[in-house]
Amino acid sequence: MGKNIKFICGDDAVAEGVRLSRPHVISAYPITPQTIVVERLSEFVEDGSLKAEYMHVESEHSAMSCAIGISAVGARAFTATSSQGLLYMAETLPYASGQRLPIVMMNANRSIATPWSIFGDHMDSMFLLNSGWIQFYVEDAQEALDMTIQAYRIAETKEVMTPVMVNVDGFVLTHTYEMVEIPEQEKVDEFLPPISMPHNSMSLENPKSLCISAGKDTNMEFNMKRHFEMLESENYIEAIDKEFGDAFGRYYHGMIETVYMEDAEVALITTGSVTGTARVVLDELRKEGKKVGLIKLRVLRPFPSDKIVDALKDVKAFGVLDKNISFGYEGTIFTNVNSSIVTMEKLPKAINFIGGIGGRDITHEDIKKAYDELLSAAVGNSFERVQYMNVGCEY
Amino acid sequence: MDRPKIKEWIAPKSVREYPLGSTCESDHLTSINAGWRTFKPVIDYDKCVNCLRCFLVCPDGVIDKSGEKLEIDYDYCKGCGICATECKFGAISMVKEVK
Amino acid sequence: MAKLNARTITNEEYFYGHKACGGCGESLALRHAMKVLGENTFVALPAGCMAAVSFIYPHMAFTTNAMITPFAATGAVASGMAVGLKALGVENTQTIGFAGDGGTADIGFQALSGAIDRNDDIIYMCTDNEAYMNTGIQKSGLTPYGTKTTTSPAGKNLPGAITHKKNMFEIVAAHGISYAATASVGYLEDFLMKVQKAKDTKGTSFIHVFVPCPTGWGYPADQTVALAKAVVDSGLWYLAEYEDGEFKVNKNPKEFTAAKDYLKVQSRFKHLTDEDIAVIEEHRDKKWEMIRKKWNV
Repeated sequence: MGKNIKFICGDDAVAEGVRLSRPHVISAYPITPQTIVVERLSEFVEDGSLKAEYMHVESEHSAMSCAIGISAVGARAFTATSSQGLLYMAETLPYASGQRLPIVMMNANRSIATPWSIFGDHMDSMFLLNSGWIQFYVEDAQEALDMTIQAYRIAETKEVMTPVMVNVDGFVLTHTYEMVEIPEQEKVDEFLPPISMPHNSMSLENPKSLCISAGKDTNMEFNMKRHFEMLESENYIEAIDKEFGDAFGRYYHGMIETVYMEDAEVALITTGSVTGTARVVLDELRKEGKKVGLIKLRVLRPFPSDKIVDALKDVKAFGVLDKNISFGYEGTIFTNVNSSIVTMEKLPKAINFIGGIGGRDITHEDIKKAYDELLSAAVGNSFERVQYMNVGCEY
Repeated sequence: MDRPKIKEWIAPKSVREYPLGSTCESDHLTSINAGWRTFKPVIDYDKCVNCLRCFLVCPDGVIDKSGEKLEIDYDYCKGCGICATECKFGAISMVKEVK
Repeated sequence: MAKLNARTITNEEYFYGHKACGGCGESLALRHAMKVLGENTFVALPAGCMAAVSFIYPHMAFTTNAMITPFAATGAVASGMAVGLKALGVENTQTIGFAGDGGTADIGFQALSGAIDRNDDIIYMCTDNEAYMNTGIQKSGLTPYGTKTTTSPAGKNLPGAITHKKNMFEIVAAHGISYAATASVGYLEDFLMKVQKAKDTKGTSFIHVFVPCPTGWGYPADQTVALAKAVVDSGLWYLAEYEDGEFKVNKNPKEFTAAKDYLKVQSRFKHLTDEDIAVIEEHRDKKWEMIRKKWNV
């Protein structure tokens, strides 16, 4: 049987991934640039190609609160949001992860007001790094579809049992079109069995009290368990990626993907769609004989410290491309990476490249400049620790 | 006495043994409320006509109507006195608790 | 349908051993609602006294499935539970969201409105003790005029709260809800009947039950049921239903008992002057004028 390939946008791809994952209930609230996801899902429900209940909720806080109720009774839930909506529902994210509810949410990465912007950067999801959700960042529409399915499998793995956020760059991925292969429903059903949550969901046979209080004497232990199990979920993420590759023919290499790192002198760490641009520049520079490498950081939580340290072990300088600013400090991913490498015997030079804020383009030129900075730092020249890409005026 | 009872409970010995999520079995009482009382209600069965009003108005549901006579679960009675006040027959008196 | 009263209601307790104050009106309402709804009930309740006293690990007071919701989200979580159960094909269950006056009329308003709009098959019960009690007696949208609370103190310049209770019952009815009612734990058989009606309603139903709070109102704990009756007899609260698009009043007192007698036995109203009480009575009289004109009495 021939492959089912469609020319669709990132939002469409997520909707297809959701449809194939057979959620029981969708709680939907629209926000640019996620709107096409919830619109397409409503069409699937209407035409019967997705047998699910569809709830038109009245806010993002309710979208996740409904998902919490849905998951609490043992049903498979889905919702999607972005930017202001993600921050509006912020209190409900640790709420869900503390109850270990395997909810999957797509977040269309978008800048945060003020100033207002509908365009993509990573400001929104960075706020929720501490929320106890597993966070993936996809590079293209195909990965968006595939990771939606994998997200359910990871979330519902009994040793993981943690909600998963699939981040898809706003407009850059959500609204641009690619050839995407839509997997067969039967194959997805084999890969993703029906949901089962015997220990932390409600049932008539075994009534439970959920989202309870824990006093000073037990609270820390509750939180430590959830933290340890999230750290260990790395192993399941890697294993499930391999299983997905075996079943569907596409491997994403687990927590991080390394390109040309075997002999790289300098490396750039990227997250999300900008990785695609970086790959093109990488190939050009390699043709010129430059020893450059790329690390695609696919998962920000749990943070793959060991794998990053291993990838950077022979590198003289590395850069982290942050599409976010932690105001008053630096790019958030830069902070995270620096904390990991502190154990290395020989510390490589580190540069933070902040760009893409509020939808600012990151061009081939920008990435080439970044690599030039890294190569210069690698041979001992002085450098600015935090640099800004493609700024429109003096600063 | 047909009322929920305290369950024996042993604290988890390690972090891993804690519940999955913020979860606990329902119907899982591990302490009593008797220590809250200053006064406790005592039913005078000569005056009680079994109208069941006390059973109805108790906020904690500690009055059990399943037997021939009404019984009070003193493990969970807080001594609020609503039963005594609402009894139209003066069959309940609030007696100072002697510990 | 058999009349629900002390004799016919079950002896089973589904909400027991909780750490609420002695004489808590809210726990009395929950106790009886659970008796009507039974063991296949799925409960959602937000931050508030009932959540705070029933889920302290490892001491759990509900015998049924129950969960605490985020404060604003009672309507949303309960809806999600009901729709999730429906999608799973689980039948013969009842989902109920209990929330206080703050959790309903203020922070929970949006989610309640959304639930009614979707007509999700839940009961939403507002247990109204007229202030944010769990956080220490602060003013809410359902705090009546002249109430001393910790954020609406009564002093030289102000008589306590200077706004009247939000009309939650009529606001909910204006959504065209399938069934809505007001009730009081001072009239328990009436309350039981309304819970049963809500249980039998397909779609969303709403019950607004008046529940005195001895700690927050400042009265001896044994007076809870008596006060909950006095508030109705003095016309300061009304027992009514909204069913099939029509308003009906269940109790239309020929003469109101003195508002002063109800108010002055509570510390939160001790400061009221005759002028303040006149404002309260005038507001009450206007309300009853409307009720008697427009609703089925």
